[in-house]
Amino acid sequence: MAQAVATLEHAHGAGDIPHAADHADHPPSSTGLDSRKLLMWLFLASDCMFFGSLIAMYMIYRGDAERMFLAGQGAGPVPHEILDIPYTSISAFVLLMSSLTMVLALASIQRGNHRGLRIWLGATAALGLVFMGGQFYEFTAFYHEGLGLTTNIFSNSFFVLTGFHGAHVTIGIIWLISLVIVSLRGGLRQDQAMNVEIAGLYWHFVDIVWIVIFTLVYLIPYDDVTTITEGAEHALRFIGLG
Amino acid sequence: MASIAHQPQIVPQPVTTTKPATGIWSWLTTIDHKRIGLMYGISAFFFLLLGGFEALLIRAQLAQPENDLISAQRYNELFTMHGTTMIFLALMPLTSGFFNYVMPLQIGARDVAFPRLNAFSLWVFIFGAIIINISWFFNEAPNQGWYGYAPLTGTAWSPGRNVDFWMIGIQVLGVASMAASFNFVVTIFNLRAPGMKMMRLPIFTWSTLIVSIMIIFAFPAITVALLLLSFDRYAGTGFYEVAAGGDPLLWQHLFWVFGHPEVYILILPAFGIISEIIPVFSRKPLFGYSVMVYATIAIAFLGFGVWAHHMFTVGLGPTANAVFAGATMLIGIPTGVKIFNWVGTMFRGSLRFTTAMLFAVGLVSQFVIGGLSGVMHAVVPVDAQQNDTYFIIAHFHYVLFGGTVFGLLAGIYFWGPKAFGKMFDERIGKWHFWLTFVGFNLTFFPMHFLGLAGMPRRYFTYAEDSGWGPWNAVVSFGALVLGFSFLVFLYNIYKMVRHGEPAGDDPWDAATLEWAISSPPPAYNFAVIPTVTHRDQLWWDKYGDEHGHAHVQNDDVPKTAEIQREANAAHPHVHLPNPSYFPLLAAAGLGTFALGMLFMNPAITIGLLHLPVLVIVGVALLIFSVYAWAFEPAG
Repeated sequence: MAQAVATLEHAHGAGDIPHAADHADHPPSSTGLDSRKLLMWLFLASDCMFFGSLIAMYMIYRGDAERMFLAGQGAGPVPHEILDIPYTSISAFVLLMSSLTMVLALASIQRGNHRGLRIWLGATAALGLVFMGGQFYEFTAFYHEGLGLTTNIFSNSFFVLTGFHGAHVTIGIIWLISLVIVSLRGGLRQDQAMNVEIAGLYWHFVDIVWIVIFTLVYLIPYDDVTTITEGAEHALRFIGLG
Repeated sequence: MASIAHQPQIVPQPVTTTKPATGIWSWLTTIDHKRIGLMYGISAFFFLLLGGFEALLIRAQLAQPENDLISAQRYNELFTMHGTTMIFLALMPLTSGFFNYVMPLQIGARDVAFPRLNAFSLWVFIFGAIIINISWFFNEAPNQGWYGYAPLTGTAWSPGRNVDFWMIGIQVLGVASMAASFNFVVTIFNLRAPGMKMMRLPIFTWSTLIVSIMIIFAFPAITVALLLLSFDRYAGTGFYEVAAGGDPLLWQHLFWVFGHPEVYILILPAFGIISEIIPVFSRKPLFGYSVMVYATIAIAFLGFGVWAHHMFTVGLGPTANAVFAGATMLIGIPTGVKIFNWVGTMFRGSLRFTTAMLFAVGLVSQFVIGGLSGVMHAVVPVDAQQNDTYFIIAHFHYVLFGGTVFGLLAGIYFWGPKAFGKMFDERIGKWHFWLTFVGFNLTFFPMHFLGLAGMPRRYFTYAEDSGWGPWNAVVSFGALVLGFSFLVFLYNIYKMVRHGEPAGDDPWDAATLEWAISSPPPAYNFAVIPTVTHRDQLWWDKYGDEHGHAHVQNDDVPKTAEIQREANAAHPHVHLPNPSYFPLLAAAGLGTFALGMLFMNPAITIGLLHLPVLVIVGVALLIFSVYAWAFEPAG
């Protein structure tokens, strides 16, 4: 059936099939946008709400563990004792640099440079792995300092929020490595750069989410909770959670 | 006539003779949106009957005071499963069935953008539905109410697996809804036939688009809510536990951030269906098409800003209550606009009261009642009195039964002939309508009185001297009438399938593209992708002025239906993508994983992780299927 004139999806320009580009560089679609790219944008919109909900949860409980600890309730360690900003800044920098290598990977395949593609995809995956190694080390160190998942409301929200981000990064790494393997087997041609572009969209999104998490979880100080979170508390009181 | 100067060109097609595949394997591996739509519809209809049966048991228990037919514990399970089944397993998948079947036809497409993803959605839905319902066989059916308020769902109050079945089942169903919604949005944006501009889309397709976007944004909130609950129940965190520093109100916020848009996710498809039916049977184009589109968008937008009106009695304070009350009342405006547009469409039309039209008009009248009681609840002090009483039950059944179910039934009578190629018996159909109408009002109208008299919801029985006995007897009798109406409907379906008159391509003299092709449509839908020049294309073809009432034969323009007939006569064999079993396998992997979360034995211990075998098998199957799917040539 492979020699048949036009597949249904090709006739419509949908990109469910990897070989759509066999027939046309720009498969026709009503909007001119690639269907798979549109799908990824929609997924990322949805993922914004996913992380939005998790971050909202974190912000609702942010500082509660400190307050409870000061009031003599609840268990430590609390955030200001345990969060290591310089260490996490380095791993955040590593993750941000992986966005640069991702862009270079896409630029390579768009110019038909397959070796460059593999190098930069590999570099992106490696930087992602360094970030994940950093998170693994951080989680282990916290665990040894007495902060397990169930220790207090800070550890609950911290591990779940950053853990789900880590899961996203892990999926991204697996995706990138899969692309490298496909490319090594000759399955990723120049006209299929969209396959890399879509993975890139996902990767950049995960990076951007980390910028938000890093700022809200690590950078904003906890020791002066009352003044810093006044605005947030006002908003929380508004919806009955303050 | 420049726009119709180019005849749609007939793409040279390979002439192969393939008969439509039959047999169970062809259904399990199908990626045809029509077959997927039918399977969605049939399985959802089964769950509609199951949820209805649960409702009848509830009504049997409440028929008289101090009844002991059903234990309190069983009663909790019944009302929880009734709500969960109706919302997630009956109404949403029924609307999804319509989206699947009708929307690609309406935009002149041959399938959805991602046919295999579409099959995946169907199978994930079916696995999710099975997971929730097998709880009955373990005598551990969910019993915490369909919105599972914390801390009742915590391990302290719900130590059994009842909540787990619900929590994991809903999570799986969410995957199905999200995957389907991504697909529909891409399809509507990208697979429109030439000339099908956004403002020429049939209103039902607009509803599909808006509802899918709502699902994409609303479902992550319940995903997170359920994930946090899973951590609380499985890992011992305290997101909803006050003692651990958590706040049970977080659940309510996350749940209703999803839950209120969900209400519009349930009603807007029905609005879309009757927006197709009322013009056809009034022989007039829809009054105020663009306003209808904007009203739908406005409802969707406002629907995300009113969630806390489910929480007026929580004590959020006067400012929050006032803001959410105001936003809630605002929604009445676009909704009212829709009502006026339907009435405006019917005004001075030549009305044909077919069964489909009766249900459509039934929706307009019954939904108004539910809408009005909804505006009553928007007033905070009134809500404080009515909260958790039968008044609320009456309100949302007028919206979801009088609205959504009436609309879906109208849709079945309207598009059934297209899908099956046969006509329903209109006489039985009218019996069905009037029995439903009378039974519905007998069941739910007296609940207003019961609610105002103070009868609380979710109580398994009530005292003799409460005075609620007589109205409850009426309600239970009404429920029997309603149950009987569904038997009549089943008989009508049976009669249609066995002895229905042939429907022909266009039995209703309708205006949208699905009526230009045969009934049931060929696997490839359109032998030639149609070219669209007007909003009500088929009326333009037939009558030349886009107004169904002109009765001017218009012979000078190419007719969409004729082009399709001629192209079909030439036996085109449009090459369709191959069927695939990987969507089913991937869904089975996800389902097995979910079951593994429920059934912890046998288990394997890896380091700190104590993993049930089913989890490992499910994840392995999922990963394998996803890779096989990604590298499978589509055709």
